Amino acid sequence: MPDPARAAVLRDAIGLGAAVGLYGVAFGAAAAAAGLDAWQALVMSLLMFTGASQFALVGVLGSGGSALAAAGSALLLGTRNTVYGVRLVPLLRPRGVVRRMGTAHWVIDETTAMAVAAPETRLARVAFLATGASVYVLWNATTVVGALGSAALGETAQAALDAVVPAAFLALLWPRLRRPFAEPAVQRRVALGGAVVALALTPFVPAGVQVIAAVVAVALAGRPRPRAEAAA
Amino acid sequence: MSDDTLWVLVVGASLGCYLLKLAGLSVPAPWVEQPWVARVVDFVPAALLAALVAVQAATADQRLVIDGRLAGLSVAALALALRAPFIVVLVLAGGTGAVVHLLA
Repeated sequence: MPDPARAAVLRDAIGLGAAVGLYGVAFGAAAAAAGLDAWQALVMSLLMFTGASQFALVGVLGSGGSALAAAGSALLLGTRNTVYGVRLVPLLRPRGVVRRMGTAHWVIDETTAMAVAAPETRLARVAFLATGASVYVLWNATTVVGALGSAALGETAQAALDAVVPAAFLALLWPRLRRPFAEPAVQRRVALGGAVVALALTPFVPAGVQVIAAVVAVALAGRPRPRAEAAA
Repeated sequence: MSDDTLWVLVVGASLGCYLLKLAGLSVPAPWVEQPWVARVVDFVPAALLAALVAVQAATADQRLVIDGRLAGLSVAALALALRAPFIVVLVLAGGTGAVVHLLA
């Protein structure tokens, strides 16, 4: 039975998987630059499967941070997915422990966006599963490509890779600073604050700690005040 | 950092991230839908990613360093402002880093 809405959802899911695949190459390369071998990079993509946290972990490691600081920044970014899960429950209605545990693994930015944006509730589950499958396969495949590819690099190519890693982080950050993202002006102030605090602390605290300290400082500066504001 | 430590980190942090996902599907919605939780979750990524950009681009061994990475980042920012696709942004940043390395 031809179903144009369903076909459009599937097409978008595959397109999104291909786009995310590019980030997978960048992640694999960043993981290699941070000292992880290809197996460790792949296991992260298979088990953690949440891009920003994976980038944060290898980013902190790459700048010489401790394992604790690396894990801490990955978990900080992973809290997003908790909120996504709450939004997804009424759409996906995962029944039973097994289905819930399976669903949880694919709760990420892309699957949530696609499920929430699905034109009908019945398509939300299709959107979630198709996007999850597409992103999962391509993210893991391209992680391996990036991890193995960067191992074959010479000195100049290594300098190029060193410049690619912060650029990839900037590309992750960029959409948050502009419309239609909620409150882009506040996001820009938060981002600037995070960067300034991290750079200012760099000479004084162990590597990696300045990143988490920057987040804590910004969160304290923006702590709840008695004023009503529309939540995004 | 030893290989064992790396493996513990990789698997442990992965498990933690998975439990955060599972919690969203399992805890009562009102626990998570507090206004302050929403604020923190909305803004933590910007602070964390910006901190990582700064540290990755401009520090080495606990010192502030200006080299090809910062040049590459500037080019990347320009490309992003011009709405260049992700892959173009990375290639331009990498190319800039390589050129600065060759000239330096």
